[in-house]
Amino acid sequence: MSFPKRLFERTEVPDGAVLSRNESKSLIDRVVKMSKAESVQVNVGGGYSANVRFADNQMSTAGGITDYTVVIQSSFGKKHSVVTINDVSDEALQRAVKQSEDLAKLAPDDPEAMPALPPQQYQEVNAYFDSVANLTPADRAKAALTALDPARKAGDLATAGFLVTNASSTALGNDKGMFAYYRSTNANYTVTVRTKDGTGSGWAGGEHNDWSQLDIAGISQRALEKAKLSRAPVAIEPGRYTVILEPQAVGDLVQLIGGYLDARSADEGRSPFSKQGGGNKVGEKIMDERVNLFSDPFDPRVLSRPFDGQGFPLGKQVFVENGVLKQLFYSRFWAQKQGKVATGAPTSYVMSGGDASVEDMIKGTERGVLVTRLWYLREVDPRTILYTGLTRDGTFLIENGKISKALKNFRFNESPLFMLNNLQTLGRPVRLAGTEAGGAIVVPAIKVRDFNFTSLSDAV
Amino acid sequence: MSDRREFLKKTGIAAGAIAASSALRKAEAATTPFVAPPASPAVAAPMDAATKELLMEALNAAKMGGASYADARIARYRDNQVFTREQQIINVVDQDSMGCGVRALVDGTWGFAATRNLTKAGVAGAAREAAAIAKANRIARDRAVQLAPSPSYPDASWVTPHTIDPFTVAIEDKAALLLKANAEAMKVPGVKYVFSGLFFRKQERNYANTDGSVINQIVLQSWPLMQITAVAPDFSDFQNRGNVVQPAGRGYEYVTECDLPGNSGKWGEEAAQKLKAKPVDVGRYDLVLDPSHLWLTIHESIAHPTELDRAMGYEANYAGTSFVAPPEKYLGKFKYGPAFMNIRGDRAQAGALATIGYDDEGVKPDDFMIIKNGVVNDYQTTREQASWLKWWYDQQKQPTRSHGCSYADSWSSVQFQRMPNVSLMPGEKDLKWEDLIAATDRGIAIQGDGSFSIDQQRFNAQFGGQVFYEIRGGKITGMLKDVAYQMRTPDFWNAMDMIGGKSSYRLGGSFFDGKGQPGQVNAVSHGAVPARFKQINVINTGRKA
Repeated sequence: MSFPKRLFERTEVPDGAVLSRNESKSLIDRVVKMSKAESVQVNVGGGYSANVRFADNQMSTAGGITDYTVVIQSSFGKKHSVVTINDVSDEALQRAVKQSEDLAKLAPDDPEAMPALPPQQYQEVNAYFDSVANLTPADRAKAALTALDPARKAGDLATAGFLVTNASSTALGNDKGMFAYYRSTNANYTVTVRTKDGTGSGWAGGEHNDWSQLDIAGISQRALEKAKLSRAPVAIEPGRYTVILEPQAVGDLVQLIGGYLDARSADEGRSPFSKQGGGNKVGEKIMDERVNLFSDPFDPRVLSRPFDGQGFPLGKQVFVENGVLKQLFYSRFWAQKQGKVATGAPTSYVMSGGDASVEDMIKGTERGVLVTRLWYLREVDPRTILYTGLTRDGTFLIENGKISKALKNFRFNESPLFMLNNLQTLGRPVRLAGTEAGGAIVVPAIKVRDFNFTSLSDAV
Repeated sequence: MSDRREFLKKTGIAAGAIAASSALRKAEAATTPFVAPPASPAVAAPMDAATKELLMEALNAAKMGGASYADARIARYRDNQVFTREQQIINVVDQDSMGCGVRALVDGTWGFAATRNLTKAGVAGAAREAAAIAKANRIARDRAVQLAPSPSYPDASWVTPHTIDPFTVAIEDKAALLLKANAEAMKVPGVKYVFSGLFFRKQERNYANTDGSVINQIVLQSWPLMQITAVAPDFSDFQNRGNVVQPAGRGYEYVTECDLPGNSGKWGEEAAQKLKAKPVDVGRYDLVLDPSHLWLTIHESIAHPTELDRAMGYEANYAGTSFVAPPEKYLGKFKYGPAFMNIRGDRAQAGALATIGYDDEGVKPDDFMIIKNGVVNDYQTTREQASWLKWWYDQQKQPTRSHGCSYADSWSSVQFQRMPNVSLMPGEKDLKWEDLIAATDRGIAIQGDGSFSIDQQRFNAQFGGQVFYEIRGGKITGMLKDVAYQMRTPDFWNAMDMIGGKSSYRLGGSFFDGKGQPGQVNAVSHGAVPARFKQINVINTGRKA
């Protein structure tokens, strides 16, 4: 749903809250001029974030926050330190610069310190949309009403939700002339609807850089329907099942892989991608050949920052291609040490999919479980990316091609690596409203065999 | 420029020696007047006039904007971190954030706004924005928010009891301590990697509300951390020993007491020993849990489900709800555990992370029994929430008051209910860890917190640990690995049949407990005694790719 933009309405974002390219550049230049270090890197990031929260069919809190921070890293040879401050008066910046220099001088040599990056070429990403920047508190309250109104009217439903919108900028520069700037907006909406008898719960969410691409009322409706369908769940034996995971559940597990893609850990023998006997598994088939996992800041579904925290330009990076591990992250230090090319740390992920809808997958399933989302994922064994967690807010039994019953939630012990080896069907990729591991991600729904549910939970 | 070896020589590697370097002292002096470490607990200086004036400006602007109640916080949040691996510094981080957050209640609806702009215009602008947001939300309001009464404190202050402010200790001394501890761990055969760090927080919080409270507080927190990794010679396995020391609401003297260099060899031995440990056989065992482990089980399965906002559905969209709901079915009725089980909420225990003089809405916290003689007795509350339980407090002939659990993790975050110190009280007999082991025929003893996961209503949980010992015939007979236990909260606590006494009571905790949207992090502590749980389901988590 999008709200008509009123004529002559000025942006709601307070003046000066989102720094422009020039404002960022001049702030960074001010700090660089104050520096007496051999090298200095400065990050400036922040903006305006506004939110509304509701629960128990009631408004709870709402707010608007204006802030940005300046991160100063001073280096003397191989000594360095970081100071962060949000006061940009000359006096405070002088103090922070001096403090970072004093700390850096005291720090012992870091044998892995790398020289400052020279100027880089960046491709522009346009991820700033006025449709988000111009939202008002009243617009957000109206968005909340898309869930509150129908839940109140239903009488036996209670809803809780959260809408957060951001307009922000991030910039990075150093004394060698490197400068990178990125400005973006984002809107994220999640909503839960519970049945008042306490037996049913449904969830839905969405996220986009552009408010007009978010169907707020549709998301509210999905959660509402799911809540009604999930009422009075029954228990079935835990065990290995054919499972259809909706995109949110897939993303909750797939995003975890990103945390293990560091080449160094693999080369040092403490990663799932370590090869027994030494080295890493790049070039080996690690999952089903239909799986492709990549990052791309220019993908219109998930626009993201085209440089990493060090100012390293980011293009498209492919991690898994046709099931084969293609690449791991090489920090500048580790790349130099291993004779490899350094890669930037990606800011978003995409898993490509197929064209099956969740409905198609249900139709083609004789007996299986449909999972809406996962919760409280925690590492159990870093050697295999084995995680435990629970299903939540809509778990259903599929029998003879139809949803037959609502199910009690399960605890699972499963690894995204095992899961993507047991792949049966791929659905259409969609942008998620974030995952537990954080970060923007696009993934498909999938159907897999032998998903490992280890116990039942009474939690609704 | 000195190299690392000279650096270590220069600092003498005197573990924990406190010698604030002149350079850092200068840096410190530039930010706040340098104060020599006091020998006795420090006392906060009165709030400075300029800060008080800004707070009053914000409150006035909120009132002009229509607020029936408002509070304002002007605060400075500082972090100082040093991280090392093996024999090198990974990073030195110093974070400093200041700003003003204003909360306004207009016509029964909340609004909040925060700004980094600490001028009269800046804080008044934030106050007007908070009131405007509250008004805009009126169209979606159901019930009006009502606050339980609380006395006002017009001139109050509080400081974390400490002898050494960690922000006055030289970074070189902090680094030297860590590198010395790393070196000791690396001496152990099989130990290949060590990660260690020191993490400090200092929060200077100034608060005022329209009820007339004006409060300033200084909070200090310290956390020495270490993770030691042993790798099998053929790369077939690696094992970690982490979470070795608990974070505390104390000063640098706590770091000295923890003696990382004196203990890291032992932790390294444990990591190496885990490589050779026997994989656990799945089945039911009697578990003997150490406070260094049990604090986390208490945190997840008792402290979270007795948060009143969770029980009432206010966290349904993220952290979840609670099985301890609705309150009228649980208060005074539900048997959480055996009659000797008592769980207390407080914000007063020395050294605990939730300990404070006044909460973030100006309430002086009280001690309260969440579980009394095994039965649910109370919930964690704020002023808004306390009024929801008026019926129960009337029945108990107690005043309806907040237990002082309001907390915001930054000036830029809105305050809401966060947990106090939630602790398992000692048993009557002064039993110790060894007594519980000796009384157990076939079981597993667990120390340290490991992997943890629990559902959104806090029923079904799975916990790992750091080190696991097999108990046979009242004795520890060897080390186990790949151990995790699965449990259902009420069954688990009702299976508790033995607890330690006063002398075995310890605090455990974490710097990072998440809740709320936007997400906020708070630091938590839980006191516990060793406890035994009968016939708990143990699984083996080891599996090869």
